[in-house]
Amino acid sequence: MSAPATHRSAEEIGRTPLGPRPLPPLGEQKAAADMSHVDTVLPNGLRVIAVRRSTVPLVELRVRVPFADPAESSEGSQHSAQAEILANTLLTGTATRDRVQIDTELALVGGELDAVVDPERLSISGSSLVTGLDTLLDVLRDALTGAVYPADEVERERARLVERIALARSQPNVIAREALQKHLYGTHPFAKEMPEADEVARVSRDEVQALHAKALLPRGSVLAVVGDIEPAQAVSAVEEALKAWQSDGEAHEMAPLPMVEGGDLVLVNRPGAVQSQIRLSAQAITRTDPRYPALQVANLVYGGFFSSRLVENIREDKGYTYSARSHPEFTSHSATLLVDADTASDVTAAALLETRYELARLGLVPPTESEVDTARRYAIGSLLTTTSSQAGLASFLVNLAGLGLGIEWLVAHPERLANVTAEQVAEAALEFFAPGNFTGVVIGDAAKLAPKMRALGGIIVP
Amino acid sequence: MASPQLHRFTLPNGLRVVLAPDASAPVVGVSVHYDVGFRSEPEGRTGFAHLFEHLMFQGSESLEKLAHFRHVQSSGGTFNGSTHPDYTDYYQVLPSAALERALFLEADRMRAPKITEENLRNQIDVVKEEIRLNVLNRPYGGFPWILLPPVLFQTFPNAHNGYGDFVDLENATVDDCAAFFDTYYSPANAVLTVAGDVDVAAATALVEKHFADVPPRPAPERPSFAEPPPSGEVRSTHVDAHAPMPALAIGYRVPDPVSDIDNYLAYLVLAGVLTDGDGSRLQQRLVHTEQLVTDLSAGCGLFGPLEARDPDTFSISAIHPADVPTDRVIAAIDEELSRLAQEPPSVEELAKVTARWASTMHREHDRLTNRTLGLGSAELLFGRAELIYELPERIAAVTVDEVSAAAKALRPDSRAVLIVQPANGADSV
Repeated sequence: MSAPATHRSAEEIGRTPLGPRPLPPLGEQKAAADMSHVDTVLPNGLRVIAVRRSTVPLVELRVRVPFADPAESSEGSQHSAQAEILANTLLTGTATRDRVQIDTELALVGGELDAVVDPERLSISGSSLVTGLDTLLDVLRDALTGAVYPADEVERERARLVERIALARSQPNVIAREALQKHLYGTHPFAKEMPEADEVARVSRDEVQALHAKALLPRGSVLAVVGDIEPAQAVSAVEEALKAWQSDGEAHEMAPLPMVEGGDLVLVNRPGAVQSQIRLSAQAITRTDPRYPALQVANLVYGGFFSSRLVENIREDKGYTYSARSHPEFTSHSATLLVDADTASDVTAAALLETRYELARLGLVPPTESEVDTARRYAIGSLLTTTSSQAGLASFLVNLAGLGLGIEWLVAHPERLANVTAEQVAEAALEFFAPGNFTGVVIGDAAKLAPKMRALGGIIVP
Repeated sequence: MASPQLHRFTLPNGLRVVLAPDASAPVVGVSVHYDVGFRSEPEGRTGFAHLFEHLMFQGSESLEKLAHFRHVQSSGGTFNGSTHPDYTDYYQVLPSAALERALFLEADRMRAPKITEENLRNQIDVVKEEIRLNVLNRPYGGFPWILLPPVLFQTFPNAHNGYGDFVDLENATVDDCAAFFDTYYSPANAVLTVAGDVDVAAATALVEKHFADVPPRPAPERPSFAEPPPSGEVRSTHVDAHAPMPALAIGYRVPDPVSDIDNYLAYLVLAGVLTDGDGSRLQQRLVHTEQLVTDLSAGCGLFGPLEARDPDTFSISAIHPADVPTDRVIAAIDEELSRLAQEPPSVEELAKVTARWASTMHREHDRLTNRTLGLGSAELLFGRAELIYELPERIAAVTVDEVSAAAKALRPDSRAVLIVQPANGADSV
């Protein structure tokens, strides 16, 4: 390598005459400012949470409508396909605006508005310059109360959705997620995150409009508005704008999920893959469970952040992976723990072995006081930074609201974390991280993986 | 817009410092931008700048391996680093009580990183996994940031793959690292940025306390990476084993963002007129009316606008069904560019782009990580951290005629066309 004529050696670079220096202590931490807010339910049943954060002259809007398939099984159900088309055409036409007019009006106030759907909910996210809040709300009103689903837009989005599904299903992480959900939940509608092409092709405009009338309802839904606003005024503006959004019915929550039971993993073949996806899952507890703060800390110590046992082992010690992590996933009534790692084919079995070893070790050699303390402070600090922006706070609040919680939970959570003891973390580790609790999938080139996976055991090899 | 008062000073060892106090939340961001990116790595060492970025997290005189991560996270903070064409950045965002700790961590590795054979081998493995994850094992890996430059550019610095070739990565030695550090990681070649809930006098004192005795070394002479634009249309096809549909990227050269920023911004506005929102020219025509493509985008810089020096790129990328010929997509794009070249966009079209950019910039700055990194890269590349607060106004000052002229300058006879073909045949949709 072309280098300067002379340079110091790595050894010379790594030391100074003074030698190692002590780590400075932490200073005094200021408390976060109180968040002025209103949390109320409008006469039409819509819960509205408005929070003032005046850091920048913007406003963030999040709407969450429970939008689950009422059928018990996704087999033979058109819900997923209809819901996708609905989300993709909700903002493409009303009695008074077409697709381009909607985009133009929003753009002129620096605004955006998008709808996406998943097995649990329809989410509408938007933002604009704060001076454009009325425009943002008026476009939202128009779509919620008067979307006409123009036939040509429905036809175009049908074709485009098929293309987008093909694109998504070529991504290893999507392939892995679909395989895991199917393995965990079979034909429960929660497992169906994307429709099939033939289902999409059958969706008619009338069906989409009927789904809108039946399922896109204010009662049971929540709207969060965060930004450079007066909360009470923002609530009034939302109430005035959305007063015509009415129904006696209630938005449809997903049916409770079956518990995840531990068991053998399944190896899913992806010929030609140079890397494998390891995806494990176990049953966990919701944010309202008194044991949750202990579980949150135990998860961080396991694989929830960089300074975790899993990352330090399979990345920083062994170099098996770039990305390994564990995290809880919450649904309205339950929660799971997920463990993800992507690793080269020739070390996949070894990485799985270490992943299981660390699960067992978390219960048997529980997190030390120091590990608990590092994880606790990370949890408190990262909550502070995540919710310090308008967009971060709005997204966090609408997710909390989906679990039936509010801003009070967010404000009180640092103290819950501060009070967690190492004993409580050890109990959570032993109870929730036992390897036998977990099941899952491995996606990869089966021909390359099979011999070592068979030797390792606990995985069904095709 | 209300921009915070910036404070700047330079330490005797040459380290440039920018302070951007803002007390709206009790959090602080600290970043260091070094003026070296993957354009500076030598032939035979592709990917070295990025590999070296990984090694900067592997310990320093006062910090064992893993200690950096643990100290940041046990202070409640987050961290990362990233390697760009012209610079490499490192940051921590933490509760404000941890300001001194973050400065200590950055100073320690600027002064005396510990580079060992064991950590080098470990991080070569990790980087190879990163490349498998982001490039080799997925569809459209490296599209277009790795695949387009070798079509648009001819010289090694501009054309080569910044993630690196596995053979080159494996050939890296500890002595390469020492030479790279001594040459490029001098305090005189770096910008330190501190943003968020800080007191200016106290922060200044802490910066001096921790960075003043980083030994001075000269800043390396910065080479010019200039090369002439393509003298025709250069086409290249890449076969992608995982892609289900074809894709294409068209690359053009843009004015020098440092010496000619206002002209550069005309291309930024042009990108918005072409592809920002359902009402934009190319979205309307290619996605919705003629339904030629599934998705498309356009923009300046393959990592985002204003994040590299000259020569920089304007690109238009699209993914399209296999039954739509590549040339039909390109012809439609050319027609729309030619319409804009002949007749400027409307004032309303520009007003839309301008308002959305104002929003986008506010949103970026509301996230402390983005604000800290934005200030640092603007100071490093443009010598003006405040540029990030001036952009909405400067973007609003771009005229319809300037946008038209930019469209005219995107000439079919001086561009690169990258075509991505799925490996498994033509009709995989």
